Amino acid sequence: MSPFSALLARDLRLTVREGGGVGLALGFFALVATLVPLGVGPDMVVLAKVGAGILWVGAALAALLSLDRLFQADYEDGSLDLIALSPLSLEGAAAAKMLAHWLATGLPLTLLSPLLSVFFDLPAPATAMLAASLLLGTPAVSAAGAIGASLTLSLRRGGLILPLIVLPLLTPAVIFGTGMVVEVQTGLATGALGFLAAFSLVTVLLSPFVAAMAVRLNLAG
Amino acid sequence: MFDWLFRYANPARFMGLSGALLPWLVAATVLTIGTGLYLGFSTPPDYQQGHTVLIMFVHVPAASMATIVYFSLAMASLFSLINRHILADVAARTAAPIGAVFTLLALATGSLWGKPMWGTWWEWDGRMTSTLVQFFLYLGYSALWNAIEDETRAARICAILALVGAVNIPIIKFSVDWWATLHQGESIVSGQVAPVFLAPLLTMMGGYFLLFLMLWLVRIRTMILERRARSLMVGVET
Repeated sequence: MSPFSALLARDLRLTVREGGGVGLALGFFALVATLVPLGVGPDMVVLAKVGAGILWVGAALAALLSLDRLFQADYEDGSLDLIALSPLSLEGAAAAKMLAHWLATGLPLTLLSPLLSVFFDLPAPATAMLAASLLLGTPAVSAAGAIGASLTLSLRRGGLILPLIVLPLLTPAVIFGTGMVVEVQTGLATGALGFLAAFSLVTVLLSPFVAAMAVRLNLAG
Repeated sequence: MFDWLFRYANPARFMGLSGALLPWLVAATVLTIGTGLYLGFSTPPDYQQGHTVLIMFVHVPAASMATIVYFSLAMASLFSLINRHILADVAARTAAPIGAVFTLLALATGSLWGKPMWGTWWEWDGRMTSTLVQFFLYLGYSALWNAIEDETRAARICAILALVGAVNIPIIKFSVDWWATLHQGESIVSGQVAPVFLAPLLTMMGGYFLLFLMLWLVRIRTMILERRARSLMVGVET
């Protein structure tokens, strides 16, 4: 087993066995999708209009929930020092952790989204497009989140600062992700798919390097 | 290329130079903003906007400073990461609150201008949304600084955040511009501002820039003095 897949498997095992790592994010996502119609009112015409945006924001928030422990837990118990000493570069380790986070949150959230879009009366094409946009966009959420997690890994209250620094970086994902669904609903082509793909690709490619740099600074200090 | 800059990166030399420069900078700021305000108030009312056009003279410079300060912050962060110099750390940290206030000022004056002109305090338009996001970036940056106890480590880590933000600001701006737009486009360089309004506007922009430099220098000096005082206290205790 390569060091990369070993770290990936370890992180996934920890998420599953720690109790509710995956379930908590899904539960949070489902609750957001339940509470919003209660606040907005049960008008299906209105809900169909805002549904894609609500679900996108809900998925991004749900993915952020577990991010603060991405590096922090390993930093606190010293495993991060061992990972830094391993043959795997810190960049590779960051990429493995990011992928593990996405497999444990982004992917399940994407799979749950078609069920929740029933709450918003989204037609089948829009539902399919929402799932596609989440599949494409949630890796960027995990990647941008990993940057935030690496910056805040030494902080006791990192979980509070993390959303404040990560959410502004995610505005393009939310705009273009929702834009893809709106395209289907209105029939006007806007090229949101291309923009979301570009944003996701750049974020996923750059994030391991930035996160590794921040981890190095934190370990040196 | 930056040799001249590094010569003044020595805190002692910086304190000497900035101390000598500061009174002149204060005078220049007061004079420029004073002139700008005088010129602004002596302009005729706009044929469409009436006297509300005066808001432009406080709004447009604040909005451009919001970006210029972030650029300065990012440059200081770059020097902080590459050269690991204490002065760059302090410069980056102190620029953030100033930038946040300029951004808030741009949002507030824009809102006051929007009500009579567009009939709304707020519109989810590209310029406004990206300025708001920029405001949150400033807040996040400052929050991270305050949360990390070790100052040197805080400087490096926040420098990474500032540079990530610097890469992201054009993307955010571009994405929200694409999303929806009401705010007018660029008008100064393309010569769409009447000369009678252009002179006070440019004067005010210069004045705001000087104000930023002045406040920045004062904050950097204060923080260096604070650090010196603290190290003296530590010396007393041990």
